[in-house]
Amino acid sequence: MSAAKTLVITLCFSGLLTLSACAGHQQSAIDPTGPQSGQIATLFWFFTFLLTAIFIVVLALALWTLMRRHRGIEQEPLEITHLPSPATETKLARIVTVATIASVIILFILLVSSVVTGKSIADLSTRKNALVIELTGNQWWWQVQYDNPDASRILITANEIHIPVGRPVEILGRSNDVIHSFWVPNLHGKRDLIPSRVTNEWIEADQPGAFRGQCAEFCGLQHAHMSLWVIAEPEAKFDSWFNAQLKPALAPSDPARQRGQQVFLNHECIFCHSIRGTAAAGQVAPDLTHFASRRGIAANTLPNNLGNLGGWIVDPQSVKPGNHMATVALASQDLQPLLEYLEGLQ
Amino acid sequence: MTQPQPVFATTENHAAELDQLKRSWRHPPGITGWLSFTTHQAIGMRYIITAFIFLLIGGIEALLVRFQLAYPNSHFLGPDRYNEIFTIHGTTMMFLFAVPMMEGMAIYLVPLMLGTRNVAFPRLNAFGYWMYLFGCIFLYWGIFSNSAPDAGWFSYPPLAGPQFDPGKRVDFWCQMITWTEVSAMCVAAELIATIFKMRAPGMSLNRIPLYCWSMLVQSFMVIFAMPAVMIASSMLLVDRTSGTNFVNPAEGGDPILYQHVFWFFGHPEVYIIFIPALGFVSSIIVAHGRRQIFGYPALVLSLVANGFVAFGLWVHHMFATGLPQIGEAYFTAASMMIAITSGVQIFCWIATLWTGRLRMTTALHFVFGFIAIFALGGLTGVMLAAVPLDLQAHDTFFVVAHFHYVLIGGAVFPLMGAFYHWFPKMTGRLLNETLGKWNFWVLFIGFNLTFFPMHILGLKGMTRRIYTYPTEMGWGPLNLLATYGACILALGGVMFIANVLRSRKVGAIAGDNPWDADSLEWAASSPPENYNFEYLPVATSRYPLWVPHEDRAVVTGLRNDRREVLSTTLMDAQPHHRYVLPGPSIWPLLTAISVSVGFAGSVFNNWYIVWGSVLTGICLIAWFWPRRPLELKP
Repeated sequence: MSAAKTLVITLCFSGLLTLSACAGHQQSAIDPTGPQSGQIATLFWFFTFLLTAIFIVVLALALWTLMRRHRGIEQEPLEITHLPSPATETKLARIVTVATIASVIILFILLVSSVVTGKSIADLSTRKNALVIELTGNQWWWQVQYDNPDASRILITANEIHIPVGRPVEILGRSNDVIHSFWVPNLHGKRDLIPSRVTNEWIEADQPGAFRGQCAEFCGLQHAHMSLWVIAEPEAKFDSWFNAQLKPALAPSDPARQRGQQVFLNHECIFCHSIRGTAAAGQVAPDLTHFASRRGIAANTLPNNLGNLGGWIVDPQSVKPGNHMATVALASQDLQPLLEYLEGLQ
Repeated sequence: MTQPQPVFATTENHAAELDQLKRSWRHPPGITGWLSFTTHQAIGMRYIITAFIFLLIGGIEALLVRFQLAYPNSHFLGPDRYNEIFTIHGTTMMFLFAVPMMEGMAIYLVPLMLGTRNVAFPRLNAFGYWMYLFGCIFLYWGIFSNSAPDAGWFSYPPLAGPQFDPGKRVDFWCQMITWTEVSAMCVAAELIATIFKMRAPGMSLNRIPLYCWSMLVQSFMVIFAMPAVMIASSMLLVDRTSGTNFVNPAEGGDPILYQHVFWFFGHPEVYIIFIPALGFVSSIIVAHGRRQIFGYPALVLSLVANGFVAFGLWVHHMFATGLPQIGEAYFTAASMMIAITSGVQIFCWIATLWTGRLRMTTALHFVFGFIAIFALGGLTGVMLAAVPLDLQAHDTFFVVAHFHYVLIGGAVFPLMGAFYHWFPKMTGRLLNETLGKWNFWVLFIGFNLTFFPMHILGLKGMTRRIYTYPTEMGWGPLNLLATYGACILALGGVMFIANVLRSRKVGAIAGDNPWDADSLEWAASSPPENYNFEYLPVATSRYPLWVPHEDRAVVTGLRNDRREVLSTTLMDAQPHHRYVLPGPSIWPLLTAISVSVGFAGSVFNNWYIVWGSVLTGICLIAWFWPRRPLELKP
């Protein structure tokens, strides 16, 4: 009974993992889409298969004691000395010694493979032509700043990182409040964003796609709703995205959106948010210059569409309890123009 | 099951002596008397029962967490409640259940196993228990006055600092640490003194039961690890209450310093919890495998090595903070070394079981469950030691799965085995074995259903400490499975309680040594008298109850009219001198109350440190007021 149950669990260990690998996901450590995560995943499978084998052997040895109970050993008169014959003891000593030496060797192999992988991942970070992105954690959103020697080409956006496929990207991590952690599992492991320090991590995507990331260090009430997208695009597409984002927001042309802009500029919104090309220059909340081009609202708590945006602006605390966005008192006729204005910020 | 003859020889006509012994070890009457107990059985049992209550409370908190996560976008608990509950769950399980439970078992068992009458410092022992109890009450007072800590069981600044967590919540957490760690230090000091100086004559170092070795190692670890966490929590507390900036990055303090100091404690803490459990496993395997342990020296050396290496691997909790690579490689190697010492122990146990004549009792079932679960948890631990893998798995449900495999598999399963093994010694009645085996299977299946899916959830990107998750992430089904598993696990807990309550009333009478076990606690009556042994036993072997009856010896000549025990030499346990243990006293309780006034008050006003110190000083003077030697009494 015991044997059957444990065997099932053993099989599950490799079985379920393999299964889950086939499923595929946009936030998964075992579906690598970059050289860093690829090397980690290879190391992971190497560890998993080796360690699963060891686990099966250890369990089999333990369960074998139950079989042996019924034969052979009973002949040794354990009642008196509670000790098997010296010959048996010597044999056991030999087996335990061999098992210990074997585990030392296996652990050494694992150690070397881990250090070698770590080294080779670190080597990926010395390449030229890198894109440098300063990522700043805030409760509970991400500020993304593309560094550039030319100050006019520094771009600030939020909660979404676009990167060109095949080009290394250095993420410089900072935090404005508490410790956060940047983690896009399809691309690489975690790196903490620590106030008063700058940490760094190199990522690279080797195929286009959208990869989800999430804050991995507990950062307070809305830790669960602090996610971001990394969107990997071919170089040309990335460039056009970048150039579009560099431009200030287009002045709205139709009357409704013009009215929406006035609503925005005449309310508390501008204390926190900035929209380049307008008077709104707040620095403590996400930049909204090209808000409508982004996939999500409130650090990707909700998909970006008119209805969700309306719900978020009218009552941010019910969408994301505890977040720092002010509830702005809007006249009922102001809401629709405001939404149209924001959703027009392509 | 009953003994045909007394386990150790007795002298003729000893009724009067026995009567005197009973009188000098009698518990004082009344409520004040009850509050003055200093016998190790009473204090140990208080620890065990209190810690078990907190296991249940922590378990209920775990169920609430599981209910919240069972479905995506759940509104069962809000983010605030959820953060409080997972913080209290971790804090309760680590500080109020696991460590005190292991200490309580040791306070109960170690003097019996060593063949002595009490721990070395009985009043300190009582003081330690009261401190633990007041720490528990303080934390839960905070919780029920709506000031539950909510920054995680690790309380990282600056999130736990005054700027981002105003109010008293984290203050309650910080100060609770101080209480429980004072208590742990008391227990560690008295266990070390007891194991070193109060062993039965003849119990040289190479005859100490493996359980006592494990408690010796654990106690030394407590002494080196616990001050670190008290420093960490005190730095955070004075930052919060007195405006210092030890760990406040905004004013030049260093939050990473806090992490280093915290994990310098936090990693050994895990071993502090599971090393005693390794001792349980050794005891159970010897008694129920009916065979001397294989590889005693290897097992002892592994325990000691575990204790040392445990202090060299705290940084593997901090790989994601971005430390220099060469340092990380060192900590990877150190973390993997633990697998060698743990492996040696598992091999020795399997070798013992191979050649033993197993009696498949419930206790041994739990040992097999331990080997299966702990091996898996240990192997995922090897994965987490590798920096690249840790960077992916860190702070995900993979880690949640890993440490529940290590802590529940490595500590709670052996603890359950220990309950089934020693319950007859503690109560005089056996737990029901049929119900016990059901109990084991329900717990084993429930455990694996709860925690195995979490490995996969972690790899599929589910981070820890999130109160909810969107449906699109696809984490729903496995979370639901884990919640069902948690319910089965809870059912297993209820079965155990039912078994205890039933067996206390109608369980089979155990007799002194129901398992025909080897160690000295089974020579005492069940439950033991306050003085444990009428005559202190002599250990003529590593397995003193397995030597032929005619070879067993006892110590005579100790005075029975006072609480006298024998002190023996450290290496060979030669009789050294006679030592009088203090009797019952109310002062440990009053001192604990005074210290608690200072601790509790200081959260609200620093002057309470002064008032508490003055009160404590007065109590200590009374505690240590010299008493006239017995002989001079009129």
